[in-house]
Amino acid sequence: MYRYDEYDQAIVDARVEEFRDQTRRRLAGELSEDQFKPLRLMNGLYLQLHAYMLRIAIPYGTLSGEQMRMLAHIARTYDKDYGHFTTRQNLQFNWIKLSDAPDILAKLATVQMHAIQTSGNCIRNISSDQYAGAAADEVEDPRPWAELLRQWSTFHPEFLFLPRKFKIAVVACEEDRTAVKFHDIGLQLHRNEAGEAGFRVFVGGGMGRTPMVAPVIREFLPKAQLIGYLEACLRVYNRFGRRDNLYKARIKILVHELGADEYRRQVEEEFLHTQTLGLDAPQEEIDRIAAGFAPPPFEAGLSDEIDRSDPDFALWLDQQVAAHKVPGYAIVNISLKPVEGIPGDASSAQMELMGELAQQYSFDELRITHAQNVVLAHVRKSDLFRIWQALDAAGLATPNLGLIGDIIACPGLDYCSLANARSIPLAQKIAKRFGDLDEQRDLGELKIKISGCINACGHHHAGHIGILGVDRKGEENYQLSFGGSGAEDASLAKIIGPGFSEDGVVEAVGRAVSVYTELREPGERFLDTYRRIGEAPFKEAIYG
Amino acid sequence: MKLLTGNDLVTGDVTWWTGSGWSRHLEQAVDVGSQGEAIAAAEEAVRRVNGPYVIQAEMTAAGPRPAHIKDRIRAIGPTVRPDLGLKPADPTVGDWVI
Repeated sequence: MYRYDEYDQAIVDARVEEFRDQTRRRLAGELSEDQFKPLRLMNGLYLQLHAYMLRIAIPYGTLSGEQMRMLAHIARTYDKDYGHFTTRQNLQFNWIKLSDAPDILAKLATVQMHAIQTSGNCIRNISSDQYAGAAADEVEDPRPWAELLRQWSTFHPEFLFLPRKFKIAVVACEEDRTAVKFHDIGLQLHRNEAGEAGFRVFVGGGMGRTPMVAPVIREFLPKAQLIGYLEACLRVYNRFGRRDNLYKARIKILVHELGADEYRRQVEEEFLHTQTLGLDAPQEEIDRIAAGFAPPPFEAGLSDEIDRSDPDFALWLDQQVAAHKVPGYAIVNISLKPVEGIPGDASSAQMELMGELAQQYSFDELRITHAQNVVLAHVRKSDLFRIWQALDAAGLATPNLGLIGDIIACPGLDYCSLANARSIPLAQKIAKRFGDLDEQRDLGELKIKISGCINACGHHHAGHIGILGVDRKGEENYQLSFGGSGAEDASLAKIIGPGFSEDGVVEAVGRAVSVYTELREPGERFLDTYRRIGEAPFKEAIYG
Repeated sequence: MKLLTGNDLVTGDVTWWTGSGWSRHLEQAVDVGSQGEAIAAAEEAVRRVNGPYVIQAEMTAAGPRPAHIKDRIRAIGPTVRPDLGLKPADPTVGDWVI
């Protein structure tokens, strides 16, 4: 994976010292909260319900064993012994003291991590495919381009105060594990008719108050022109994005109001200009970054045979292990969704273990997924049993990937000051209701996504079943939606009817699942059945 | 009744105005009447609290009960981790929130 050069390190170190001084001035009364708040937010430090929350960037979801173990150390030393992996492939600590924050950032800097641009109206952490570099069908590893964009967007003077926050994803497969069409800009590497690799550029997707699936703005962009084209996309947005209305400030609104054709026309016009400015990265810099993502030294001639005689191991293999492009290797999905657990939470001991397993078995690399799980991307098949044993002993081997128990949930009102309702208890109740793993496997792929407010950090718009918590006269209420997808068949979930109490929505989900099991055709997922038969049977079963 | 709450500047802990200072325990909160905004401004100026605001509450036999669920959760900690709250030995503490 990419390692900082002296410039990267100097930038991050300088930022730590700058924030240390800003914190000192705040604690000494030289800065008011109004003055300090934008400074701490630029360093990922929020004030949430119970304490300060520190959001740490995990660029494109990739981190080393050493970095994971540093997160474990911080959880143990400065927090309450756990962290929360987010749908943006980041990590949040929920119980940070302001006085500790500079020391934490300094420790993160020693392992090439930071919290820069994890808040604010700037370009946030670039997300990518957790199977990057391992998936058989990818055009090429997308992460060098994500890293190039990380470097380009970090402290970019023109784009630090955009109308609103800005999220970019880079993928290189047809199968979408990143919700690429729900990003402000989604970049998908593919090949044109000449066999050349380039980017399909989606602009104007997003969730939140006004969810939208991004249209294609450029079908094929040569890779070498990436920076110039994105500069053009951002410049049009920066100039015409709605700064007058917080709720209409995202680029999706601009693209929608202009229309994709007009936005495209303006971008192409600006692109003609940016191409004259020499903004694109020189090939030697692209090559330098790409060298950081060179394939690890895979062994040749390894066997694909796996001893499946242990039934629990076999179940885990079937659900959590994916095919790798190199014979003899596999991709391991570590579940952070134990039944009745908290989606995305990991204790320091679990983080420590995952870091150790990465160092021992997966070329010192881990990936965080937007579904709040963890991946070991390059594992020898002959090591799978030992890895499973270690994960199982640590409560990290629940075989539920993509099943109804693999629920995405934002922190919700248990932690978040923006939330209107709790998400986690609802996820726990649904997971318990469908706690039988045989039943989960029978139901097949069924993605439930829960958000505690309209900001949609829990991706409810993209859930096969989406649940949104709202505040109804001071009480929690939950809206139920069906038919969303964050995958390559992206679609927006549609609200089915009036909302429910917490227990009521669990019951409604149960009824919807019964409709599916009664009416599904062979091979159909819940989503397929819903799309085929429409909402009426579900509505009838739920509301009578 | 009206309560004044905020977060400790240094630790971020939820705190409640007791009439003479700040406490992490809701039971010690007092009715601030119409003085909440003035107390908040004075306390924020000397950095004893961050982001103070006044909330509605009712007095019950068990002590003050904030009107809004958000402030009840603030008072006890995350309902999904009672072990991290102020009353980890009370398994029913989450019920008070609803």
